Amino acid sequence: MESGIAVEMKNITKTFGEVVANSNVSMDIRKGEILSLLGENGSGKTTLMNMLSGIYYPDSGVICVDGKPVSITSPKTAYDHGIGMIHQHFKLVDLFTATENVVLGLKEKGKLDHKVIAAKIKEICDKYGFELDPNQKVYNMSVSQKQTLEIIKVLYRGADILILDEPTAVLTPQETEKLFTVIRNMKNNGKAIVIITHKLHEVLSVSDRVTVLRKGEYIGTVNTKDATETSLTEMMVGKKVALNIDRPEPVNPKKRLEIKNVSCYNKDGVLALDHVSFEAYSGEILGIAGISGCGQKELLESIAGLQNVEEGSSILYYVPDTDQIHELVGETPKKIKEEGVALSFVPEDRLGMGLVGSMGMVGNMMLKDYSKGKSFFLNHKDPKQKAEHVREELEVITPDLTTPVKTLSGGNVQKVLVGREIDANPTVLMTAYAVRGLDINTSYTIYGLMNEQKKKGVAVIYVGEDLDVLLELSDRILVLCGGKVNGILDGRKTTKEEVGLLMTQMKAGADNE
Amino acid sequence: MSKEDNAVREPFMRIAKRGSTSMKRAIGVRLTGIILALIVSALFIYFVTGLDPLAVYGAMFQGAFGGASAAAAARRSWITIRDTMFLLTIAVALAPAFKMRFWNIGAEGQVLMGGIATAGCMIYLGDKLPTGLLLLVMFLSSCISGAVWGLIPAIFKSKWNTNETLFTLMMNYVAMQLTSYCVALWENPFGSNSVGIINQNTMAGWFPAIAGKTYLLNVLITLVITVGMFFYMTKSKHGYEISVVGESQETAKYAGISTKKVIIRTMLISGAICGLAGFMGVAGIDHTISTNTVGGRGFTAIIVAWLAKFNTFTMILISALLVFLNRGAAEIASQFSLNEFASDIISGIILFFILGSEFFCNYKVIFQHKNDQEGK
Repeated sequence: MESGIAVEMKNITKTFGEVVANSNVSMDIRKGEILSLLGENGSGKTTLMNMLSGIYYPDSGVICVDGKPVSITSPKTAYDHGIGMIHQHFKLVDLFTATENVVLGLKEKGKLDHKVIAAKIKEICDKYGFELDPNQKVYNMSVSQKQTLEIIKVLYRGADILILDEPTAVLTPQETEKLFTVIRNMKNNGKAIVIITHKLHEVLSVSDRVTVLRKGEYIGTVNTKDATETSLTEMMVGKKVALNIDRPEPVNPKKRLEIKNVSCYNKDGVLALDHVSFEAYSGEILGIAGISGCGQKELLESIAGLQNVEEGSSILYYVPDTDQIHELVGETPKKIKEEGVALSFVPEDRLGMGLVGSMGMVGNMMLKDYSKGKSFFLNHKDPKQKAEHVREELEVITPDLTTPVKTLSGGNVQKVLVGREIDANPTVLMTAYAVRGLDINTSYTIYGLMNEQKKKGVAVIYVGEDLDVLLELSDRILVLCGGKVNGILDGRKTTKEEVGLLMTQMKAGADNE
Repeated sequence: MSKEDNAVREPFMRIAKRGSTSMKRAIGVRLTGIILALIVSALFIYFVTGLDPLAVYGAMFQGAFGGASAAAAARRSWITIRDTMFLLTIAVALAPAFKMRFWNIGAEGQVLMGGIATAGCMIYLGDKLPTGLLLLVMFLSSCISGAVWGLIPAIFKSKWNTNETLFTLMMNYVAMQLTSYCVALWENPFGSNSVGIINQNTMAGWFPAIAGKTYLLNVLITLVITVGMFFYMTKSKHGYEISVVGESQETAKYAGISTKKVIIRTMLISGAICGLAGFMGVAGIDHTISTNTVGGRGFTAIIVAWLAKFNTFTMILISALLVFLNRGAAEIASQFSLNEFASDIISGIILFFILGSEFFCNYKVIFQHKNDQEGK
């Protein structure tokens, strides 16, 4: 293992408008090591690495590769210096095969010989332990296969310094383990690897050193063996944070929603939900686990009246404190609302569905009840009060109540959305990836809000991707696999491995559930 | 830069977005843009045409607002105002559609349809109805015709998700052909291939002069809808729905807004106001109809609406500027017997700088080693 310095960044500063993304950051990356770049969302990790990979150009500061100052003006020059980045959102051509994607954009002389390229890809795979079919088309690939392809693409271009941006965000626990094995192999081969992440347990299990950023500033670098979850959190957040999630016992649970035989097709005509049945109770948090795209989105949207479901599907709403039962299937969101069903929904796509990006907080507060009242004109007064209230309660940071919400940071956008949905006094609260992209503090605020709602007797449905949190927060966990219910587990008794397994492998006989 | 680190080549210039732009800065940038425009045009005028730039600018101003006598000046000013109002009305009509991200490039046709309806009423009912009733019938029929022309693509869009850009564009040609047919039908005198001035003797269906001003009614109508549209878009529930649908149809669905209903309703309004512009164009300006009645203003209005970011009050300024440039260019073309390309180049230069100043309001350009000075 070599221990020379591969990359050195000195006094890097980058601003966007008035936002300082990186301020005077200096750090180094050594050959043959795995370095975790840790920090909360908006701490400037990705921006910093984007300057290494040629996406951005620093306002000031010097980047040295192998001791020599360089000017990285494009991803191509980054490759020339042996730096390659695997972005969070894959940049692949769906209709091309793995091989075609690998050579895309390379200007090699001579004829394109697929065999030679495929052989070279095979060689890379064998060397590091990847599994990849060079002739498979990208649209047929799973998320993990696509990621493998992205890594190979970078290695094929001869990169010695690999930057992975949140590589595990979309993987199951099993796939994550596989990825880590490959990364360790690369490290043993002398490559320098940077992993951008905010998951502490991964940092501890895979990396050699950890560099921490906070609010665009460099906080420090520690050897992983000297670090603990608590010490790293403290560096990230700047103060001590209690990493405990409360889980009060459900009080007097009553049936609130009964989902029976719900099936639906998604936009691409694929069966997204296949005879899903379950119940949700008041005063409990029902966690929903599953790998991405296995029907969570369609399930919540079906309940919210945004998704057409197949014949035979039934979603019953039990009105609190009465014997009344409403059938929600076949009703529009407006109708559901008019019938007094207090359903709140925090969708996955915050700015594309839950909020109007170009409007301020006031405009967004009235999104769901602007039509209230007979007047032809809008009532601005109530939403304004509501906005003030949410801003205070959740500590939303915004220059003004009319500042377009799309210019706010991800955490604040989510606070606006969650705040509005909770402010509507729901009896059912559905959230999809409520803490995705949020910093630790905000995440724990959101968990606290869920628990508060639970204590108020709301039936909370929580779709999450972080299994550790799901296991700590949920009373029951429903696992979806390929659009089917693959088991409903007791959140207090089950294990991460059990949930992970149910997420990926269909249980025998689960069809008849 | 010292010679040693020449190995690190910084890019010559970069473009970065500004966080926010102060009012003062915005005005400053735009003033600079106008001054630069005048200087560059002056250079063009002096070196290419060999004329005195100041005389040419004077002529432009004269073309829009001046004349040999006070009466001529007033007449020209009124024509400039009249044309501004016409363009403004169409731009106001387009604003809600574009705010909804419905690419209505069919204003040309919608205005023509309103014009045909107006002309038809004038010809067939001109001597049958009293003035007030006649104007009312013309008003209604022009609005309805324009609305229908806007409604058709809206229905197709909401039912079958057809592409509204192509659809509204093609509707323009249909309207154009209908106009040609009507011109042939109403030809007067026979063989002239034009409709001629309708009701030249009786002036039935013409906009009446108010307080002796021929075009005051045009101004009043336009200002009413300009103000009305401003409040409709910013304060009403309908306006809110338009904004949400324009931002994201998914969000609209989530909020329980019926996208189809909003598209159809908004296009009815957009088309109806275009029809009203046709009413104004035929009864208030031309008193005749031809395929040139709209003369491309349906497209120019799109620029007006977007440049104003759908603020109908800003549209007044932009319409006025475009009409001023247009009339000024025509004047210098005739006064200095330039061909019209030369005058088009001058108005093009001015427009270019004004549009360019929008860029400098939102972005800054950072040149090598000027980071600190430029980053204000």
